[in-house]
Amino acid sequence: MANKIGRVPVREQDPKVRATNFEEVCYGYNEQEARLEASRCLHCRKPRCVEQCPVSVKIPLFIAEVAEGDFARAAAIIAEDSSLPSICGRVCPQENQCEGACILGIKGEPVAIGKLERFVGDWSIRNGNQSVEKAPSNGHKVAIIGSGPSGLACASDLAKMGYQVKIFEALHKAGGVLEYGIPEFRLPKAAIVAKEVENVRRLGVEIETDTVVGRTVTIDSLMDDEGYEAVFVGSGAGLPRFMGIPGENLNGVVSANEFLTRANLMKAYDDEYDTPIYVGSKVVVVGGGNVAMDAVRTAKRLGAEAVIVYRRSETELPARAEEGHHAKEEGIEFRMLTNPVEVLGDEKGWVRGIRCIKMELGEPDESGRRSPVEVKGSEFDMECDVVIMALGTSPNPLIATTTPGLETTRRGCIVANDEGQTTREGVFAGGDAVTGAATVILAMGAGRKAAQAIDEYIKSKQA
Amino acid sequence: MYKILQKRELAPNIWMMEIEAPRVARSARPGQFVIVRASENGERIPLTISDYDAERGTVSIVIQTIGVSTRKLCTLNEGELLPDFVGPLGRPSEFIHDDPATLCSRKILFVAGGVGTAPVYPQVKWLHEHGVQADVIVGAKNKEMLIMQEQMKAVAGNLYVATDDGSAGFKGMVPDLIKELIDHQGKQYDLVVAIGPMIMMKFVAATTKAYGIRTIVSLNTLMVDGTGMCGACRVTVGGKTVFTCVDGPEFDGHQVDFDEAMRRQGMYRTLEQRAIKIAEERAAGHVCKIGLDK
Ligand SMILES: Cc1cc2nc3c(=O)[nH]c(=O)nc-3n(C[C@H](O)[C@H](O)[C@H](O)COP(=O)(O)OP(=O)(O)OC[C@H]3O[C@@H](n4cnc5c(N)ncnc54)[C@H](O)[C@@H]3O)c2cc1C
Ligand code: SF4
Ligand code: FES
Repeated sequence: MANKIGRVPVREQDPKVRATNFEEVCYGYNEQEARLEASRCLHCRKPRCVEQCPVSVKIPLFIAEVAEGDFARAAAIIAEDSSLPSICGRVCPQENQCEGACILGIKGEPVAIGKLERFVGDWSIRNGNQSVEKAPSNGHKVAIIGSGPSGLACASDLAKMGYQVKIFEALHKAGGVLEYGIPEFRLPKAAIVAKEVENVRRLGVEIETDTVVGRTVTIDSLMDDEGYEAVFVGSGAGLPRFMGIPGENLNGVVSANEFLTRANLMKAYDDEYDTPIYVGSKVVVVGGGNVAMDAVRTAKRLGAEAVIVYRRSETELPARAEEGHHAKEEGIEFRMLTNPVEVLGDEKGWVRGIRCIKMELGEPDESGRRSPVEVKGSEFDMECDVVIMALGTSPNPLIATTTPGLETTRRGCIVANDEGQTTREGVFAGGDAVTGAATVILAMGAGRKAAQAIDEYIKSKQA
Repeated sequence: MYKILQKRELAPNIWMMEIEAPRVARSARPGQFVIVRASENGERIPLTISDYDAERGTVSIVIQTIGVSTRKLCTLNEGELLPDFVGPLGRPSEFIHDDPATLCSRKILFVAGGVGTAPVYPQVKWLHEHGVQADVIVGAKNKEMLIMQEQMKAVAGNLYVATDDGSAGFKGMVPDLIKELIDHQGKQYDLVVAIGPMIMMKFVAATTKAYGIRTIVSLNTLMVDGTGMCGACRVTVGGKTVFTCVDGPEFDGHQVDFDEAMRRQGMYRTLEQRAIKIAEERAAGHVCKIGLDK
């Protein structure tokens, strides 16, 4: 039966309608659809999907339970390896991971592993997570810096082992990029992110918001004065990059982080909230990753004509395939092989346009991607009144510069081994703070590994 | 949640609030600031610290009600709670790193404009506690708008006042008073710290440049997070783009591109005016639709 049906289509909001609202684009599978899609899995003896999953979720096993209709079992199987299925099901780049390797994808379409994972995650949120058994306290205190996926995952594993865990978060809301970066239409805040954060709290983890480590407290003060025996740094990669071209400080040029933080964290699109956001009438977003797609689609929803400018070609777009596809459906214009050289301003210092140059693909660089080179004399101007820079981010130096003995790489990433151990005893790190901007699943995996290492470290100190 | 322990009107539309925030109070140093939210759907408002007491666990802020958010903040009363109060943010003033000998030999002049008096106070107080008597110029529109005079007098060397209309002290702008002190009263300074409206800091910096006196200014740019995550606060200093919230807020006034900083400060002004209008019309009982068609 498996090969006879194609991939079960997932229901989505009509592109024309959704381009004007912030509700979630994809509705996800219902029970019948999920079970039907699950029935397509061949339960390979050597599952290629699992090999490509960064945290090795036992994919065929959980899918078998979905096919049987035992969603609670399916949730328990996923929970062994992943703590955020509702979120990862929505935001993982499945086409490069599990689904990209699925055997069915060779001749036809891969199993919709992401959509099934999301279904199971949402099912357990709706039906109350069962995994809230708290271990008896072992009397040891661990501090976690940052409440993004790495910090949340590390905190919940440690809490389950009996540690007294407190998360210190700089912003007024927990969730990291899940809360301030990824928009509502892709990852609902109240229905999903807040629920996952709540689950972590239910394990006994305390979250102290409004606390900037490096300013309000330091790693030293947490360890020396407040009795934390170990610290996990999951502070992400929040520092936005700019291009360094003329006109970048004109009024109307913002980083994607600023634009998305205003929209998501501060809810600037809602008149009930006080924070302003400026969209103008035509927005150019520079970049091709998930961040660029999120920014351009947010601008579109706020009523602007919205364009992506990216220096490589479409095949190199680093964004999840689904996001590029959704953006196009929503009427976003894509200008590929184009790179800005200057932002143009009017006499009052506001953006009036952007000067770009055409690019062509040259020799492959060390990453294997063909690097773009400028086509001489091909400059042209495009009118716009807002430019959003989505060029990537790097780790914020605040923690490294205020923690003696914590080494970083030249790119500002905290040096840590596979288990998360940094150059400072008792201090562990993981997620974007160590790797530079990466993915939710990798951050979550790093947080869980570090939890293991922290447990071993504290036990070894007692012995 | 952070309790408002005290609230007082210092001058028309200028309020002082003392907030219970033990962690911030313990870590605060002169020159730093906080970010405050007045309500669950409020903006993150950057405000300078006007005093702090580590033992009592309190931090004071001074607010001038100029926009929707600062007005909302000032409708809160003693005993009520602020949802968010984050800090201390930014780098402390550079002089706190001086060794005592250098510090004692310093001749420092502070120039405070309007509510800029508030962040100047903890700096002068810190110096006073470390045995340095710094001179202070306070400038205001008129006598009524002068704030924190008694407190300042207690910690300053000489306290000079300048008002636009001459209703108190020197009649005229603060740069003219600086010139008067140096040219006619034989004063010598090796450091000027100016905090106030951007336009005032620009003119003070231009004045001190002519005398070759190192000048520090504290920039009050737009901000969102205050931790280096968004770049809303970026300014050009010495031809380089820096972030006010993490690299500042204090910079070499002779290197700051004030014209750009002032222009960027106004980026959301029209939206702000619209928001004030909506708030006022709502209060008056009907909903304004101006500019809402998009
Ligand atoms: C717009 C956007 C879209 C994305 N889309 C995707 C996607 O579709 N799929 C995907 O897999 N990945 C995506 N990513 C990347 C993904 O979100 C990150 O890789 C992931 O969130 C990293 O997790 P983290 O825990 O390391 O850090 P973060 O999620 O960045 O969390 C770090 C937290 O630490 C806090 N913090 C920082 N410094 C301090 C300090 N000094 N003191 C206290 N707290 C501090 C921050 O405020 C933040 O809350 C996207 C990123 C962005 C910005
Ligand atoms: S590779 Fe595809 S078919 Fe095979 S187990 Fe994984 S999901 Fe099922
Ligand atoms: S306020 Fe966001 S980076 Fe400074």
